[in-house]
Amino acid sequence: MLMKLFTDFMGWIDKRLPVTDAWNKHLAQYPAPKNFNFWYFFGSLAMLVLVNQILTGIWLTMNYEPSGDGAFASIEYIMRDVDFGWLLRYMHSTGASAFFVVVYMHMMRGLMYGSYQKPRELLWIFGMLIFLVLMAEAFMGYLLPWGNMSYWGAQVIISLFGAVPIIGDDLTLWIRGDYVISGATLNRFFALHVIAMPLVLVILVFLHILALHEVGSNNPEGIDIKKPKGSVKPEELSKFTFHKQYSANYDIVDAVPFHPYYTVKDIMGVVGFLFLFCWVMFFAPEGGGYFMEAPNFTPANGLKTPEHIAPVWYFGPFYTILRVIPDKLLGAVGMFSAIIVLFLLPWFDRGTVKSVRYRSKWHLINLIQFAICFVVLGALGTMPATPVANMIGVIASFGYFGFFVALWFYSKNENTKPMPERIAD
Amino acid sequence: MKKLIIAVTFGMLCSVTALVPFSAIASGPSVHLDKANNDLTDKESLKKGFKTYINYCLGCHQLQYQRYGRTFDDLGIEEADGIANYMYSGDKVGGHILNSMPKKEAEKWFGSAPPDLTLEARLRSPDWIYTYLRSFHIDEARPFGVNNTVFKDVGMPHVLQDLQGVSTIDEHGELSPAMGGTLTVEEYDVVVRDLTNFLEYVGEPNKLERKAIGYWVLAFLFFFFILTYFLKKEYWKDVH
Repeated sequence: MLMKLFTDFMGWIDKRLPVTDAWNKHLAQYPAPKNFNFWYFFGSLAMLVLVNQILTGIWLTMNYEPSGDGAFASIEYIMRDVDFGWLLRYMHSTGASAFFVVVYMHMMRGLMYGSYQKPRELLWIFGMLIFLVLMAEAFMGYLLPWGNMSYWGAQVIISLFGAVPIIGDDLTLWIRGDYVISGATLNRFFALHVIAMPLVLVILVFLHILALHEVGSNNPEGIDIKKPKGSVKPEELSKFTFHKQYSANYDIVDAVPFHPYYTVKDIMGVVGFLFLFCWVMFFAPEGGGYFMEAPNFTPANGLKTPEHIAPVWYFGPFYTILRVIPDKLLGAVGMFSAIIVLFLLPWFDRGTVKSVRYRSKWHLINLIQFAICFVVLGALGTMPATPVANMIGVIASFGYFGFFVALWFYSKNENTKPMPERIAD
Repeated sequence: MKKLIIAVTFGMLCSVTALVPFSAIASGPSVHLDKANNDLTDKESLKKGFKTYINYCLGCHQLQYQRYGRTFDDLGIEEADGIANYMYSGDKVGGHILNSMPKKEAEKWFGSAPPDLTLEARLRSPDWIYTYLRSFHIDEARPFGVNNTVFKDVGMPHVLQDLQGVSTIDEHGELSPAMGGTLTVEEYDVVVRDLTNFLEYVGEPNKLERKAIGYWVLAFLFFFFILTYFLKKEYWKDVH
């Protein structure tokens, strides 16, 4: 009786909006390669953290006061007087760092298995746009507690725009809305942080997933699970039913429907992730001074510079590249180039073999050195600039950009290993 | 299961290696700090620290984000007792712990207005406060006749001088034991430890609750993970 009621109701809906069809197309009958490994948890985890940030953000907004006079005190009000306000705030602040951990791992996955290669270039670009917007979102969010590191961190980053020739000074004035960082800056950052950026972020995530489902998921082997129609013997076809959008034009092998197979697997990943997340959030929410920096426990003061201005850890790699270049304009150019080369990665890589498993030894070495350089750059970004640190920073910067240059050269005629036709069990 | 163990170990390794190099290389304060070894669960210590704060600190340093009533509740002080023994300002129990020092005037008196101390323990660490309050020494060049080895040329006088007495400093920067106070060195350390304890509490009143909840959450997630692991295994057995 109840079942029939539900079927009738869905029938009524489906005549007006293809809900069941969308469910099947994107979840219950979406063909996902059966061999996803550890690295494939981070996509769903990024989604989880995004939802966490949005939900806790909404509740924080209910008690936060976006003004130069009230912001700092309202955070302490949330921490002390709002029921479980401290929990909401720590979920949000730990979530910000977790977002970058997850996104960096997700990007590393893309590098390892060539998930940016043809035909997934646009998918990669949407991902990079998400990363870019996420950085803007995090930067603006960091000003909102109106602590002294919020203030001086924003001061450093905004002054970068002053390096732009001719219009630099006017540009920084336009960004701040004042001659110095002030309540006016705080207010506009608040507006952008709670409305504009999240809206763009959600739309981009939607497009990222649509683009993914259009071209299909890559996998650790880099072997396509879509074979030309009629090329696979019927007994070797996947035993599952997939949506006709995928199965009409291709023979699908070695795949499982995303739901329930990857939903149950991702739930496991989510719980494992939450264990680590809650460990940090409940027992070390300051993240050793890297998730919440100590000078931020004193209100913004334009006359009192913190001893050592460090960006939050997740900006570290790019901040170091900026800092090791002595010229202000060139430094800013270097920093933005570090992000632009990532956008162009699908065209730096001229190879056709995707996964590092079947590529040359050079590619493996190049990937490892890139990952090391990235971590080193990140660590240096949080430390004071000393001559030694600068020297290491220069080397790591060369390693970072060198990855792309080297890739462009060796990928043209790379000595790759023979690829199997099918994903092994 | 083997793959799972590898994955989990790898995840832990990543998170550890991500944090270790930072904290290992990050430069801490150059001054040596003594360990405060204070205990947030010790309510008697917190009450004594609160009392010391009211008597010696509040005149200059507000706790503008902390309320009297909340403090009474957390420290187990009866409201009547609190009003009689901890509130001299005639404020409301629900009000913040404020003083009436005029900020503009204070700036003239001390060089800069005495800061609010609600978050001092989070800004500088409990060990810093504990060491700082035990590091005053005679320095005739300073306006109040004292200087501090932890916070050089601080604008603050040695407010606890009648308890500790005064130390002198030798050419190596070593402090000699303080003389002329009403307390012994050990007794003074206890007073400062209690005060430090109170300031750590005020910095984050929910700290104990946070950790208490944390254990339950982690325990739940641990068992839930086992459940989700077997659920996943059950579904996937017809794939492999």
